[in-house]
Amino acid sequence: MSWIDVCDAEDVDLEDVIRFDVAERTFAVYRAADGDVFATDGLCTHEQVHLADGLVIDDTIECPKHNGRFNYQTGAALRAPVCDALATYPARLTNGRIEIKVPD
Amino acid sequence: MTTTKKSSLAKDYSLTGQENQRAVAAGLASAEWYHSEVSRKEMKSLMKRSDAPATRDTLLWLALLAATAGGGIMLWGSWLALPIFLAYGVLYGSACDSRWHECGHGTAFKTSWKNDVVYNIASFMVMRNPISWRWSHARHHTDTIIVGRDPEIALMRPTLIAKTTLKFIAIPEIYLDLCTLLKHAMGTIPTQEQDYIPESERHKAIFWARIHISIYFFTILTAAASASILPLLLVGGPRVYGSWHMVMTGLLQHGGLAENVLDHRLNSRTVYINPTSRWIYLNMNYHVEHHMFPMVPYHALPQLHALIKDDLPKPNNSILDAYREVWGSLRQQRTEPDYFVRKKLPESAKPYREDLHASGVNRMQGV
Repeated sequence: MSWIDVCDAEDVDLEDVIRFDVAERTFAVYRAADGDVFATDGLCTHEQVHLADGLVIDDTIECPKHNGRFNYQTGAALRAPVCDALATYPARLTNGRIEIKVPD
Repeated sequence: MTTTKKSSLAKDYSLTGQENQRAVAAGLASAEWYHSEVSRKEMKSLMKRSDAPATRDTLLWLALLAATAGGGIMLWGSWLALPIFLAYGVLYGSACDSRWHECGHGTAFKTSWKNDVVYNIASFMVMRNPISWRWSHARHHTDTIIVGRDPEIALMRPTLIAKTTLKFIAIPEIYLDLCTLLKHAMGTIPTQEQDYIPESERHKAIFWARIHISIYFFTILTAAASASILPLLLVGGPRVYGSWHMVMTGLLQHGGLAENVLDHRLNSRTVYINPTSRWIYLNMNYHVEHHMFPMVPYHALPQLHALIKDDLPKPNNSILDAYREVWGSLRQQRTEPDYFVRKKLPESAKPYREDLHASGVNRMQGV
């Protein structure tokens, strides 16, 4: 696992998400309403849909295709049609930059 | 508008037949679809949830249901009850479908439990198991009008005109839906549904089917005990005599358009309709927009339409105008099952993304 630089914190609105692709993998990187940052797998566990196109509501991310919802801080699946939890990854702010720690 | 003819294919719409495997092999299942460009800022604004519009529309709906049901009961025995029941029938048997749909998507209300309550009530009214149909509709959005994958293709080809006409009085849908509910209630999930309902969800489908069947059983008992059809006109019956509006608007969603494509502009239809029908139908006349961006609530679809209409085929101007188009296509599909209407795009639009599905369709046809 190593820390990877993603973007300036200001590049992600508060209570929003962006897509981040690295090494043929895709992630979703979030900024909560209080500015804390989080990271999860980029694709919904129900279908191959990018969560970064979805809506962040409080601490949940809603899949833009079927309304499946996850807690993006814990990865827990909250609403059908998602049944399987989402993988989460450590994320941090370093000198105003968002970094995430993903498997090598 | 131009029309397209393709070579004839035998059609097998079951989810357990060869078409399912062929669609998967052709890359048409769970595929990438074309989307018109909308900025993230605009899309976030459109997807934003609110309780206000759905609360207003739901309270109005329930008030009208109560008023027409009460009026029908008071005037029972008089011819004056007839128009009251016709109105009640549409409010029950047609408006329930759009409430089922919007709350199933979880977009009507901001508050989740409100979506769930209205979804379960509307599921009962439209005679759909709330669990199995939630999964069915998810598949419909994943694989819209992909033969062998989409369980909600209303108009199968070649067209059978008499069968299509009977849909307006819920035949054979009501029979099939009740049979499915009975199977669920007895603990059986049909093989077809096992393709899209996870095992962990099936016990919930059985639970809800038993609730629905129990209510229908009680209604029939009440009708028998009172020697009156009034209970059946109030509960269950409107699915037959009041579903015509749901069918009228529903058949326009995809009727006569393309199958096995990955661009909703080719397989879905937007129609400008009158305000009353729009309220009954909760703006689902903006159907291309809904399929491209299903998480935009019904009340924001007119704004979404205004934003992307230059990238879409020109909408039909009325329900009648749309039916002229659908009817022509259905007639042709009686003998040419692969015929479909291909609408002309405005010059401002990006070309149809036929590259997304062309290779898959060619592979399915053995080209």
